[in-house]
Amino acid sequence: MSVTHDARVQLRAATTAQGQAARIWPEINHPAAWIVAVILVIMPLIANGFFLIEIFATTMILGTIALSLMFLAGYGGMVSLMQLTIAGFCAYMVAVFGVSANTNISLGWPWWLAVPMALALATLFGTLGGTLAVRTEGIYTIMITLAIGAAFYYFTNQNWAIFGGHTGINTVATPHFWGVNWRSDIPFYYIVLGTAALCYFAVAYISRAPFGLALQGVRDNPRRMAALGFNVNAHRIAAYAVASFIAGLAGVLQVWNYRQISPGSVSVGACIDILIIAVVGGITRPIGPYIGALIFVLLRTFALDFLVKIGLDGNRFRLIIGLGFLAIVFWSSDGVIGLWQRWRQGKRPTTTRPGGGHGHG
Amino acid sequence: MLKGSLGLIALTSLFLSGAAMAQEKIKVGVTATLEGTYTVLGEDGIRGHQTALNVLGTKIGDKQLEFVIASTDATPDSAVRAVRKLIEQDKVQILLSPLSGDEGIAVKNFAKTHPELTFINAASGAQETTYVDPAPNFFRFNMDGAQWQVGLGKYAYEEKKYRKIATVGEDYSFIYTQVFGLVLEFCGAGGQVTNRQWVPLGTKDFASVIAALPDDVDAIYLGLGGADAVNFLNQYQQAGGKAHLMGGSIMIDQTILSSKGNAKNALIGTLAASGQADTWEDPGWQKFVKNYQDAFPPNKRFPSPSLLATNYYGSTMALILGLRAVNGDLSDNQSKLKAALAKLEIDAPNGKIKLDSNRQAIGTNFVTEVVDDGKGALFSKVVKVIPNVNQTLGYDPAVFAKIGLPSRTVPECKKY
Repeated sequence: MSVTHDARVQLRAATTAQGQAARIWPEINHPAAWIVAVILVIMPLIANGFFLIEIFATTMILGTIALSLMFLAGYGGMVSLMQLTIAGFCAYMVAVFGVSANTNISLGWPWWLAVPMALALATLFGTLGGTLAVRTEGIYTIMITLAIGAAFYYFTNQNWAIFGGHTGINTVATPHFWGVNWRSDIPFYYIVLGTAALCYFAVAYISRAPFGLALQGVRDNPRRMAALGFNVNAHRIAAYAVASFIAGLAGVLQVWNYRQISPGSVSVGACIDILIIAVVGGITRPIGPYIGALIFVLLRTFALDFLVKIGLDGNRFRLIIGLGFLAIVFWSSDGVIGLWQRWRQGKRPTTTRPGGGHGHG
Repeated sequence: MLKGSLGLIALTSLFLSGAAMAQEKIKVGVTATLEGTYTVLGEDGIRGHQTALNVLGTKIGDKQLEFVIASTDATPDSAVRAVRKLIEQDKVQILLSPLSGDEGIAVKNFAKTHPELTFINAASGAQETTYVDPAPNFFRFNMDGAQWQVGLGKYAYEEKKYRKIATVGEDYSFIYTQVFGLVLEFCGAGGQVTNRQWVPLGTKDFASVIAALPDDVDAIYLGLGGADAVNFLNQYQQAGGKAHLMGGSIMIDQTILSSKGNAKNALIGTLAASGQADTWEDPGWQKFVKNYQDAFPPNKRFPSPSLLATNYYGSTMALILGLRAVNGDLSDNQSKLKAALAKLEIDAPNGKIKLDSNRQAIGTNFVTEVVDDGKGALFSKVVKVIPNVNQTLGYDPAVFAKIGLPSRTVPECKKY
């Protein structure tokens, strides 16, 4: 699988620079990062409800799910296609334990009980899936996780007792406290922004913490790590647990966003979308998935309008989406991040390894 | 960096869309299944919609109607996403949505979060949409799946002398509603439904389903639609299937009857029921068929409009007539429009339609049989017309409520 392979090559190169760079947060020192952060914080002043929620919040939700894949693939060398399934499972659990229009299914717990329960179950679900998947490597990991995703999709489609079948669960209640409706556009945007930022920094931190370093060691040379006394599989499973929790958080936001969950949200196509997002953005750094998600959401939302505007048949909008992704992956196997790095490299030819100094992720 | 500059682009486009809003327009959002299993149904729905615009025009007094179309794939999530895009990005004031059963349930629930807007159902036919906890701003000018099966069970029992049947249907709310209507009437007349098989929407391989079809039944009822129905028929023909068939409303429909290949010939003689019949002689219907045929070249349409085209035509018609009744006045959270729609009676191509207190259509239903027109094209021929079909199918509402909501196993095969 070229995805993991590319990440490995680059990251292995980066490990040598590890010693000096380990405790530095390079992204924070970059002025562009501050500009992006300020724009994101004041976004409600410049964007209306549609751009705020449908574009930016959705980007951050999908980006967070893709971030959990980036964490596994980039640092652990494990391409898991079940990250969306875990998010979807968590979303279903919020609907099942919380309040919804489907009173036969929903238990009606308040959100502050339902959400931790859902997160715990989703983490458990992802960890169990991971436990199965770590016995395999490379393409077999992809196959096992895809199988879990596909099985879950068909199960939700057919199970009416818990998952509400093809109809799914509608009108899921959203949190409402301190006199604020947290699903109204601006509060919800900040919840999503806060969660995404938290996950982003958590992943960035873990990648530099002993656990993350050991995980990257496991990725690069499992046999040597085992010889050094590390429990290779335990590290991998722990990585799945972390990734599942991150995906679960995004799942909670997703169900609050649409107030409903149904099998279409956990379909195999949607699982692969997450992989596309991660690959297009680049899986070598935590910011990659968010960039990929933004491109994905913009293409998905505007491809149809764009085609109609230039006078073509709007029914072909999937073609634009496909061509866009093909172009990005063709010119940069490392996604948009790779393009950007190469562009910087071109500007500063003296730097020997521009990506390397920036940490390995 | 990238995010920042995209933010600026987004900002500019916001100003642009703001300027466009200044003219006197009424914006209507339309959704149709232009992706996935039901693509052909969605495309024909849009044809029906356009036929209605050709006939009725897009002017309401001095205001101009403007339509924005969004695509879905028959899943409830795609419908909610499309409707939200239409409301939030395109700023539509009225929705003509959605096409498919589960989409309808999701959009109805979503409609409650926008009580100021008006939602007119385009074609979806799940019972739950308007029967359970209906939204006050959601109007459905087409009948539900159970109403579209009225007459079928009785006709099969009395005229065709079928005693035992089995059903194969897609595993979601609309088909449950259809089987609900069929079973209620067929078992009420004394028949038996021995086996109900459910396949996921979008199934491609029907080998195991076909192998499990029972032999000791008089007929097999097919509640499939779109690509699923065509796949089933191809594989059924290859497996040498010979049983009598009965069909649901989107199974015996131009979307299937005019599909390519000869597998559809297995459907000749099939008994079905629907909200329309291709060869009905009513002048209103004939005029609609003519308008539909004139609006599109023969290779870009079906020989005769499908049920979806008829439904989209009817809902577009209701929208325009409702707006005309209030002269396009959308003030006071569209309350005048909502009141006008609630008491509107439309002379739809498939018979008169009025709404009940849940804003659900009461209309005319047709029992049909598939015939070959001699030139290789298949049509549904009327064998019985049943006027004034309401949502409780003529049952006392209290008795009807006891039957339960349509599902895989409801209703039981007995007389209620």
